[in-house]
Amino acid sequence: MRRNLILGAVLTGTFVLAALVSFVFTPYDIEALDIPNKLQPPNGAHWFGTDHFGRDILSMIMLGARTSIAVALLAVGIGMGLGIPLGLAAAARHGRALDEFIMRGNDLIFAFPSLVIAILITATFGAGAVNAIIAIGIFNVPVFARLTRGAALGLWGRDFILAARVVGKSSARISVEHILPNIANLMIVQGTIQFSLGILAEAGLSYVGLGAQPPTPSWGRMLADAQTLVSIAPHLALFPGMAIVLTVLGLNLMGDGLRDWLDPRLRVVRA
Amino acid sequence: MVRYALKRALSLVISLIVASAVIFLVVEVAPGDPASFMLGLNAQPDTLAALRAELGLDVPRLQRYFLWVGGMVQGDFGISYAYRSPVAQMIAERMWVSLPLALYALGLSTAIAFPAGIYAASRRGTLGDTVVMGATQLGVAVPNFWFAMICVLIFAINLRWFSAGGFPGWEKGFWGGVKALTLPAIALALPQGAILARVMRSSLLDMLGEDFIRTARAKGLSRRQTLWRHALRNAMIPVLTIIGLQFSFLLAGAIIIEQVFFLPGLGRLVFQSISARDLIVVESVVMLLVFSVIVVNFAVDLAYAVVDPRLRART
Repeated sequence: MRRNLILGAVLTGTFVLAALVSFVFTPYDIEALDIPNKLQPPNGAHWFGTDHFGRDILSMIMLGARTSIAVALLAVGIGMGLGIPLGLAAAARHGRALDEFIMRGNDLIFAFPSLVIAILITATFGAGAVNAIIAIGIFNVPVFARLTRGAALGLWGRDFILAARVVGKSSARISVEHILPNIANLMIVQGTIQFSLGILAEAGLSYVGLGAQPPTPSWGRMLADAQTLVSIAPHLALFPGMAIVLTVLGLNLMGDGLRDWLDPRLRVVRA
Repeated sequence: MVRYALKRALSLVISLIVASAVIFLVVEVAPGDPASFMLGLNAQPDTLAALRAELGLDVPRLQRYFLWVGGMVQGDFGISYAYRSPVAQMIAERMWVSLPLALYALGLSTAIAFPAGIYAASRRGTLGDTVVMGATQLGVAVPNFWFAMICVLIFAINLRWFSAGGFPGWEKGFWGGVKALTLPAIALALPQGAILARVMRSSLLDMLGEDFIRTARAKGLSRRQTLWRHALRNAMIPVLTIIGLQFSFLLAGAIIIEQVFFLPGLGRLVFQSISARDLIVVESVVMLLVFSVIVVNFAVDLAYAVVDPRLRART
């Protein structure tokens, strides 16, 4: 539905904008501690209150949006960058050894939930935003590979592909020039869904200390810091949590809306 | 069917072998020697060598891999570097918290999802459907650990119905244990229940559009009867698949929720082990989680083949 798309875009756009604005402006400097004003509830000076160091929660949420969005976006990039070519290759070599190899590899990666990959990577290389990106990105690879392969297989038997083969185009060229543009919509929709899952995963990893490390602000980290103070200052947990919920909700609504909007069958129904 | 099961079983074994090799390789490339980490910077070379021998770190890597895998097959996961106790025993003790938590959450998630999904599908397009779907959309977007914190704030701190964290142990009484796991299970179950409700609704709606449902209606069955007798049974196939997959995710998700509630489960163990560079524990817990995902997927595949003969025929 168009309504979902617009609402989703507005919600997501708000946080993307907040992240972009934070590069040039935040209401307060979050590195400046203001102990006399610690744990202030929301008020005129600090709309979302302050934390246990007196730092402005709104400013931290704006900066945290940067981390969450960047990690999730790059993880989707890894998933798409590796998963789509693998899926295209598997479909082009359907039923052959390469297809089997890629798909079994995907099954194997699927057996490692992103948290488990993150634990492995952290145990090996230490915690950090880059490792969170790699962990979430690796988990995204089989998602895109499977989806691409499935969608591409449906196209390989079509007449326009046959025509391309007749004129002598290679499988790789057909995949890039003909298959890819036809499955792009599907990838965009899945990209939004994985983006929202990436935001949730990043928050979870940061919460348990496997994601972005201090002083880099992140929503998950803010929630971890809020945990012991939640009974005396609930706003510490409320606002970062709401930021995660609204961003994920926005992306999910956008994904639903995009799917309906980009699906030609649904467009025909609407017309 | 037997051929299908054997083929899947072979695939299961290969997956487990490759997964164990990947986990071992990744952990083995970890910078730093556990023995040096345990003894500190001023350790004498002979003490270090003795500890490395005691921990089995002086054995070549390939041999160590086979010893690790061979041991796991026999239920021996090795000795923890940090605690000097058998890893299998440590995992077993923690599993008494993590496994019931995952099962409890799975039960709750199903209990939320079935009525919600069936209700929404049976009232498609009505206000009730919109409300349920809106709620599930929100449920999917809520991070479970944040929801857990909100639950603690409301039900433990304000209402004092539950404790804010900790686990008394099953030996102190069954209901005490259940009570301690209730809030964590609710927090874990909410997002999964929301996903499952959406799958249930969509699967049921697909079935309600099928010809056999129209036939059943033409034969005089009421809408409710067709829903319960015909559509629901057939709609269960994808739903059961998701339930199977969710179990593994709940077990992994429990790792985060255990942090919120300070539960002495696998999650706490794995994070303590990461800080202590107790790599043998980390790799064993990760292997166990991956093993559970692979085995559950195998069981789901088999169950799928039992209920859907087309799948058996295809292989």
